Formats: sequence, C-alpha cells, structure tokens
Amino acid sequence: MSRVRVLVGTRKGAFVLTSDGQRQHWDVSGPHFGGWEIYHITGSPADPARLYASQSTGWFGQLIQRSDDGGATWQAVGNEFSYDGVPGTHQWYDGTPHPWEFARVWHLEPSLTDPDVVYAGVEDAALFGTVDGGHTWQELSGLRDHDSGSSWQPGAGGMCLHTIVQHPTNPGRMFVAISAAGVFRTDDAAKTWWPANHGLRSEQIPDPTAEVGHCVHRLAMHPSRPDVLFMQKHWDVMRTDDAGESWHEISGDLPTDFGFVIDVHAHEPDTIYVIPITSDSEHYPLEGKLQVYRSRTGGHHWEPLTSGLPQRDCYVNVLRDAMAVDSLDPCGVYFGTTGGQVYASADAGNTWAAIVRDLPSVLSVEAQTLP
Amino acid sequence: MIRVVLPAHLRALARVEGEVSVQVIGPVTQRSVLDALEARYPVLRGTIRDHATGQRRAFVRFFACERDLSHEPPDMPLPHAVAIGADPYLVVGAMAGG
Repeated sequence: MSRVRVLVGTRKGAFVLTSDGQRQHWDVSGPHFGGWEIYHITGSPADPARLYASQSTGWFGQLIQRSDDGGATWQAVGNEFSYDGVPGTHQWYDGTPHPWEFARVWHLEPSLTDPDVVYAGVEDAALFGTVDGGHTWQELSGLRDHDSGSSWQPGAGGMCLHTIVQHPTNPGRMFVAISAAGVFRTDDAAKTWWPANHGLRSEQIPDPTAEVGHCVHRLAMHPSRPDVLFMQKHWDVMRTDDAGESWHEISGDLPTDFGFVIDVHAHEPDTIYVIPITSDSEHYPLEGKLQVYRSRTGGHHWEPLTSGLPQRDCYVNVLRDAMAVDSLDPCGVYFGTTGGQVYASADAGNTWAAIVRDLPSVLSVEAQTLP
Repeated sequence: MIRVVLPAHLRALARVEGEVSVQVIGPVTQRSVLDALEARYPVLRGTIRDHATGQRRAFVRFFACERDLSHEPPDMPLPHAVAIGADPYLVVGAMAGG
C-alpha cells in the first residue's frame, strides 16, 4: 500500500510527517536541525529516499543537509555558494547599485532523473547547481548575466530565486521565478535565459508592463501539459498556454487575488488551488476565514473549500513554498501556515484536517508519494 | 592543545559535546586556531568565517580571557593562557534575535 511523506520546513527546524495511503493518521518526526531556519526540504523524484534540506541562520550561515534514507539520518554536504566571476551589482531598494551578496538558499529542486543533480535558488537571486549530490555547487551564471540583471530589485522578502520548474521531458527547458524580477525561461539547459513576463501587469512598478520587475510569488505546472503554467503573482493569478510567451489573468471570481501559493491537482491539469490573502499589507485570510480556493476550469471560476479549516479568528499566512500535492487517488493536498499548522486534504480539497498544530512558522511543504 | 568552546548549534553540527581541543603548529592566532578547527571539523567551514573572504561572520564573536577579540587582527597571537591550554578560546553566537 502506498504511503505519503510530507516534508515541512519551518523557522526553527524540519519535520517529517508520514502516513499510509488513507492519510488519516500521521506520525510526526522532528524537529530535525532544531533552532535553524529550514527554508526548504524536499525529495528526489528519481530516488525518494534521497532528501535535501536548506538549513540556515543569520548567525552561522548556510548549510545543505542530505539524507539517503528518507530522513532517518542526515549529513551536511557542501555549503559554498560563490557567485561566478566578479559578482557585479543589482539595484538596491533605494535604486542604488548594490553588490550581489549570498544570503541563503530558498529552494532546492532535485533533477527529475538523477538524485545527485539538484538546482538551488538563492538570495541574492541566482541559480546554482550540483552534480555530485550536494558536495559542490556551481553558479549557472547565464541567468544573472542576462542584460536585465543589474536592474533587478529585491521585494520586501529579499531578492530571492524561489521557484524552479523543470520541463518533464525536455531537459534543456526550465523556468525560474525571482522576486521581484519575474519569470525567466531557458531552452539550452541554463546557458541563456529570456524574461517570460509578457502579459503581466504590476501597478506597483513604474512601467506596469515592464519586461522585468514583476513580483512573481509562485509558479506551478502539471507534467502532462508542460506549456501550461499557473502563477500566483503579488496581485493576480495568471496562466500561460504557450510556455511563458504570454500570460493572461485568471483571477476571475476570487475574493482577492493576492496570495503566495499555487498548485495543480496531480491528475487533473485544469484543477488548481490558491489561498487568497487579504492584501499586500494584510498578510492573512479575508475576514479571519482560512479558505483554499479551487478552480476545476483552469482558472476564472473558483470555489471556496472550507470544510475543516478555521472560519473565524484565523490570521495566519501561507508562504509561497508551503503548498504541495501527492499523487495518490484521490489527490492529497497539503499546506502549512505561519501559525504552525499543517493542513491536509485526502480528497482533493473537499475536506481538511490539521496533521499537526503548533509547529514553528511553516516555510515550506513538500509531499512524497512512496510505494 | 588549544581548547575551543563552540556554541550549541555548532557543537550539534560537529557532533561534539563540551569543549573541543585542536592542535596548532606554529603561532597560536585566531586564524591558526580556526584553521585547525575547520580542518578537524570540516562541517564548520563557512559557519564561523565567510567562505570567500575568510572574514568573521557578522553575528559571531570571539572571546578569550574575558576579552572580546572579535575585532583583533586574525594573525595577532592569542593570549598565553589560551596558547598553553589554560583558558579556552570561545566562539560565541552574538545575542540577537529570538
């Protein structure tokens, strides 16, 4: 019988949650790396026992942890993230040039086919890669070398590369998203990149339709339809049907289109999930009601999913890397909150229950479906 | 042997309890002690000093003999009491945050 392992990164450690395929009863393991910020913990699609975690603090910097046994034991691997060549500058908040400085790894994206190959999205925004299971990391500097690189500016959370989406069959194609530069696509395995932001409109920047400068919060793709991507932008939920050549808005009847997460049902490529957040200045659900919104039509038409979720006095946030789906049938959906709850639905979002409460603030959630 | 006291997070990373001891060949300085510490516990590389610059991380402090040595030149000899193992060299996480 299949099992599910949910990997949770928090402000004060990592937690590993496991259940059988019914997903009703969960074992909670952790904290692993207690006291450290775990921006992301994830597993290799090619070898589910291989896990990687980004471990950091402001005191002692960045570490990368690796497990070869599904999280039972861990070893620290390489933690040297050096920008390629002379790093140069990007724009600071006040518009002045600011040297590129490594702060932390926001997101780890293991290769779809090789457990030793992992991409890392970092702050200040850059893409790194390892081909030796994390022992050494090299910058894939074609991204930062893009002509627009010196004009990128941080969002309120820092200038981070937070989303990496690999094409399921074309190893040369990849998408990344940077706050607040936008989406970039490569078709030559990260050698060159182009901004894939046509159709985005952001009233918070001087030119609302600029080629770069958009605060993209998250991208999601269903592997059966790799030219279709969904985006939760700072404001607006967006969709592309041509692999990022152009985007159109699908916010439709959402009560607010601000938010951080977006994900796609494992078996229905037009079923997508978002969690509306009141506004960019009020990072909590509307009216204190925690609601997941689901569209079964690829956007425009959305339904609130509330069963089992708090419908009063709830003022948590759900951060951009904190939603995931498993691949069981029915599809399981998971998300974690800044209040330390991890909610799960074993029926594609119809009903929800907290797997665990009172963890430290949740930064990331990933789900692995195990044999 | 030089005695070194690490903060809890770094003891956990290095998988040690209590003080650690390192052997230093030549002058006993902050640089030589930290080089020896990182050679013995490679997992600590980058956690005390920046990989690229070798500079002390901003929220790490170095104390010995009731003195703050954080701003002293890295090649300045450490106090004799540290060099002979009478007093420890302390790597401290600065008081900040929650």
